[in-house]
Amino acid sequence: MTSESAPVERGNGLFGIYVHWPFCAAKCPYCDFNSHVHHGAFDEEQFTQAYLKELAHFAALVPGRTVNSVFFGGGTPSLMDPVSVEKIIDCIAGHWNLSSGAEITLEANPTSVEAARFKAYHNAGVNRVSLGVQSLRPEPLAALGRMHTVEEAKLAVGIAQSVFDRSSFDLIYARPHQTLDEWRDELGEALNMAVGHLSLYQLTIEQGTRYFDLRAAGKLPMPDADLSADFYELTQEICTRAGMPAYEISNHARHGEESEHNLLYWRYGEYIGIGAGAHGRLLIDNVRHATATEKLPQKWAKLVAVNGHGLITNDRLTWEEEGDECLLMGLRLREGIDPERYHQLSGRKLAAAQIEDLTKIGFLQTLANGNLRVTDKGWPVLDAVVADLAM
Amino acid sequence: MTTPLKKIRNFSIVAHIDHGKSTLADRLIQMTGGLSAREMSEQVLDSMDIEKERGITIKAQTVRLSYKANDGETYVLNLIDTPGHVDFAYEVNRSLAACEGSLLVVDASQGVEAQTLANVYQAMEVDHEIVPVLNKVDLPAADVERVKTQIEDVIGLDASEAVEISAKTGLGVEDVLEAIVTRLPPPKGDVDAPLKAMLVDSWYDAYLGVVVLVRVIDGAIKKGQKVRMMATGAVYDLDRVGVFTPKLVQTGALGPGEIGFITASIKEVADTNVGDTITDDKNPCAQALEGFKPAQPVVFCGLFPVDANDFEDLRAAMGRLRLNDASFSYEMETSAALGFGFRCGFLGLLHLEIIQERLSREFNLDLIATAPSVVYEIFMNDGSTIALHNPADLPDVVKIDHIREPWIKATILTPDEYLGPILKLCQDRRGIQTNLTYVGNRAMVEYQLPLNEVVFDFYDRLKSISRGYASFDYTLDEYREGDLVKLAVLVNSEPVDALAMLVHRSAAEARGRVMCEKLKELIPNHLFKIPIQAAIGGRVVARETISALRKDVTAKCYGGDATRKRKLLDKQKAGKKRMRQFGKVEIPQEAFIKALKMGDS
Repeated sequence: MTSESAPVERGNGLFGIYVHWPFCAAKCPYCDFNSHVHHGAFDEEQFTQAYLKELAHFAALVPGRTVNSVFFGGGTPSLMDPVSVEKIIDCIAGHWNLSSGAEITLEANPTSVEAARFKAYHNAGVNRVSLGVQSLRPEPLAALGRMHTVEEAKLAVGIAQSVFDRSSFDLIYARPHQTLDEWRDELGEALNMAVGHLSLYQLTIEQGTRYFDLRAAGKLPMPDADLSADFYELTQEICTRAGMPAYEISNHARHGEESEHNLLYWRYGEYIGIGAGAHGRLLIDNVRHATATEKLPQKWAKLVAVNGHGLITNDRLTWEEEGDECLLMGLRLREGIDPERYHQLSGRKLAAAQIEDLTKIGFLQTLANGNLRVTDKGWPVLDAVVADLAM
Repeated sequence: MTTPLKKIRNFSIVAHIDHGKSTLADRLIQMTGGLSAREMSEQVLDSMDIEKERGITIKAQTVRLSYKANDGETYVLNLIDTPGHVDFAYEVNRSLAACEGSLLVVDASQGVEAQTLANVYQAMEVDHEIVPVLNKVDLPAADVERVKTQIEDVIGLDASEAVEISAKTGLGVEDVLEAIVTRLPPPKGDVDAPLKAMLVDSWYDAYLGVVVLVRVIDGAIKKGQKVRMMATGAVYDLDRVGVFTPKLVQTGALGPGEIGFITASIKEVADTNVGDTITDDKNPCAQALEGFKPAQPVVFCGLFPVDANDFEDLRAAMGRLRLNDASFSYEMETSAALGFGFRCGFLGLLHLEIIQERLSREFNLDLIATAPSVVYEIFMNDGSTIALHNPADLPDVVKIDHIREPWIKATILTPDEYLGPILKLCQDRRGIQTNLTYVGNRAMVEYQLPLNEVVFDFYDRLKSISRGYASFDYTLDEYREGDLVKLAVLVNSEPVDALAMLVHRSAAEARGRVMCEKLKELIPNHLFKIPIQAAIGGRVVARETISALRKDVTAKCYGGDATRKRKLLDKQKAGKKRMRQFGKVEIPQEAFIKALKMGDS
């Protein structure tokens, strides 16, 4: 089945842009994102020009959209010269209609050097930062390979909050050796610092990272499934009580403070991804394309110079694939998914018997607006629930 | 045209696996010029891949050698390569019956093994003249005198004139040929009598159709002749008559004492019965040969495709195998757990393994085999009797008067340091010891054992506790009454038919416990708790619980990379497709395969 004869509108009006800045000062032992440490001479201006060129290419593919959100991710985009950031934002505004209320987020490391640039980023057009604090305790911070101190991080959060109306920071928990009590304290402290948004990720060991090798060698005592579930439950309980419930599996916000750009992914909107190793989902002639660019920064830049873009993947998704993505992204949200939209995208209905079974054991819930959502009880086993529904 | 009787010698080779039977056969063919060096592929006679790999012979094969002896005369030597395994005991018996003598090949570094014994006894049963041959005498570990003593003590054969050889280097092989001529008797037969020939074996050949191996007793068999199979009454016009050198050579006729092949327009191997008597349709012999028995499956198991879509392919594959192996039987079976498949009958465990392996190898089919079962005799209260092939089909116990099960006579040879654990294994399996003797530091123990305890991983256990040194062979004995119960396995309160087994009451609880523990490891956590129970009738004898899945969620989906997450989902979906839906529980195929293979360690 292909989407060739799709009679339905496959978009939902959401459109955003992801800008991947693939460079880091150092590689963290748990990180499997596309990040590279560059050595020696580096011409940022030349790179920035490549971003602008790639934007032009996408503007021709998906013209006339209104941009709701822009996200500078990485790598470490807070290593960027604010001038480069401004050029990219201006370029976006030149190609599309950048809505006045558009959320423009930049990921930043909470070091003093980077915090010193916050004001300049704000002037460049950034209106939200997301800080990779990761821990408020010195030992785990060092173990996670972060280059900032706890004090620096706290200061950076303060600066961010004074410069930007909206900000967020990330913490990693369920770490090696961590106890529930320790996490309770640390999280309590974090909630006191957070103003509107907090991302809390359980440490996941990914293949190709140093942590993966350490664990394989038996040198990384990770919490087992039971303890990991306890960590998750505790986190939900504390955050809900503090007025920052999860609106997504790992993301917490006060009402109205949710990240527009993240919601765009989970609501399965349309987004382009530029820069090395960026992913996109584009609707071209009402067919959803999955795009990905070359991962190696230098290679990507060369491709852009030659072709005007760094795309190495541009797949037309089948209806089934679209339905699966809509389902697995959407069920990460507390608001759930509209089963009717799933039906329209995938061309098939979710199995009623499956929904009934999962509802009966308390993992699934149908909301008053007709949306289907995974319950608090079901979230810790979301992947299994999605697999059941997607069969 | 046919060879005079006194110039013919018909012989077979009796040996334990790996003692060099096939190597010696190759050497004999080479030395008598049956094949050029270029045509010699290793182990010419074992033509199936499985035969070559395992060093076993499944089908009887024959080769006619021409040998100029020291007395200046040229002799025709017919070698029949017999299957060497107890599963094919009847086939072995018929192949041996087609010869007058045997070479008993014993590895001079290993000595006599259980299989050697079983086979040599078979040869004695058909009155063979037996020439002991010590192979691998060139190995440093060879102990010729010890092995000779062993042959005399254990088998009771005079080994003083044993031929000492190395089949690998060719040392002494000439002496073997001389011994065949001088020490084995020529066949007897009456060339003027009506045709009487024994059907030794048959197989399907893509070009020739069914090829039938025959030994002529009396008279002659000729191309164009109309012959009758006495057991079935079927009549055929012979298309070809000839011999294997081992290349196929048409001779047009075979006389008394000769061994060769015939072809006619026979469609299936199932139309030919090993041991049947072939005679002339117009001028038949008065009496058929003695000893004919139709093939009787002894061990049964269900074979199911892992992918339900392969069912038709499996059916076709079984049809193809059956073309060539009439002793293998199959009929359709439905299992709630495993879907559509076949209940298959085999001559024994090796036969089962071979068929399973051929299905997966030659037909590329992924299979699940249920636990092997023997044939039980169920005596009902109303006086009727049922032959039960599948434990899942056991009638309601209140209607059963008693159950009988087949017993075997087992012979085990082992270095004495492993004797203790082996005796314990036999006792644990309800064995009754009938004999225990020593030959040097090797013990020979004889047991009566219920076959159902042997099909249940006995051989694997024996190999493992003796580090592979113990050898084992058996013959079917008789049916005896047994206190047998059906052990049902329930997953989430639903009985899983494929895991049901008939076991002795004394072993039921332990077996049930092991099965529950095993399944607990094999069935993945679900979103809900799953009880696993083993029960006899309504009584639960063992129980385990699989706890509910607590954590399975990806913490982070970064930068809109939905592709990676979708690929993970695809993998999950593919995994689920390999599971069997059982009630609400999904049981992976691997769980069935492993649970059914379980040991009692």
